[in-house]
Amino acid sequence: MTDVRVTDSGLAHEGGHDDQHEIHHGGHGETGHDTTTGLSNNKLGMWLFLGSECLLFGGLISTYMLYRGRTQEGPKPEQIYDIPFTSISSFILLMSSLTMVLAVSASKNGDVHRARLWLCSTAALGSLFVGGQVYEFTAFYREGLGFTTSLFGSSFYTLTGFHGVHVSVGIIMLISLVVITLRGRIDGDRAEVIDIVGLYWHFVDIVWIVIFTLVYLIPA
Amino acid sequence: MSTHVDDTNDEVAAADAGAVDTEAVDAVDTEPVVAPDSDRPQYSHKMDLLYVKVAAVLVVLTAIEIYASYADFLDKAFLPLMLSLMATKFLLVVLFFMHLRWDSKLFGRMFWAGALLAVAVYVGALATFEYFAKA
Repeated sequence: MTDVRVTDSGLAHEGGHDDQHEIHHGGHGETGHDTTTGLSNNKLGMWLFLGSECLLFGGLISTYMLYRGRTQEGPKPEQIYDIPFTSISSFILLMSSLTMVLAVSASKNGDVHRARLWLCSTAALGSLFVGGQVYEFTAFYREGLGFTTSLFGSSFYTLTGFHGVHVSVGIIMLISLVVITLRGRIDGDRAEVIDIVGLYWHFVDIVWIVIFTLVYLIPA
Repeated sequence: MSTHVDDTNDEVAAADAGAVDTEAVDAVDTEPVVAPDSDRPQYSHKMDLLYVKVAAVLVVLTAIEIYASYADFLDKAFLPLMLSLMATKFLLVVLFFMHLRWDSKLFGRMFWAGALLAVAVYVGALATFEYFAKA
């Protein structure tokens, strides 16, 4: 007889067609969790958190849009932005999203070494991005744009600073994951932790996609 | 007699076996088959290739964005083009890298509810400050 494994949870099949659809497309589906939804509560919580983060960054971006023209004192955006440099930073962050998704993929396949390699790569690329942001802030400050110089300066540093803090938190989580993988196998719950941290990291990336276009590339 | 008993036992055993098989088939027909991680199909290589392709598209779209920001000939097409490219990149990451294309719809609803609410609230706020009239 064919060895057929079914989910332990009777609730899992409540997802019906969608769940089976997910499995046929690479096993990303979330079934078999002993919850009322049949989904992972941790993952659901992360998605809910990311939804709320949209409101936070939406507020910061719209504030910047309103105030970027308010430069009675200090340099204007077009005078200090270094588009080639920021483009390289954007490229680095995009590539970190690729390495992150490869880490998630490797962890789901139980390939610990490859997952750890990709996690380290993601943390390194994230650190490079944050380093670039520190360099950019320093350069802007030397050119006369302090936090209180103008409304443009305040809103710019608040927006990009908040994003930088999010990237830094992501790097700390990635390093923690590397430590977890060094302690043991990454299956079951631990594999899900990598998936959840991956969601956070990709969110940080999509926020930068929006910031890069609206803040840097589209002139006031 | 003993032969009859043996036959009966065989029939019972066969019936039991049949019952087990039927249950197994029913289980396959009615319940989703969820293999543990170790039994999942080795999709990794194919999926990894897809991720690399998506990343390549993201890089190309970013390059187009940067080029467009320096180009003078786009005029009125500039803003729609930039916003379209930004939205496409956003969707590519959310659908493929964050797996919303394959994951439960409930995850998507959680995220899109926040994202669309943010767009509605802040576009409304900017409109209140006559931001679009100035632009």
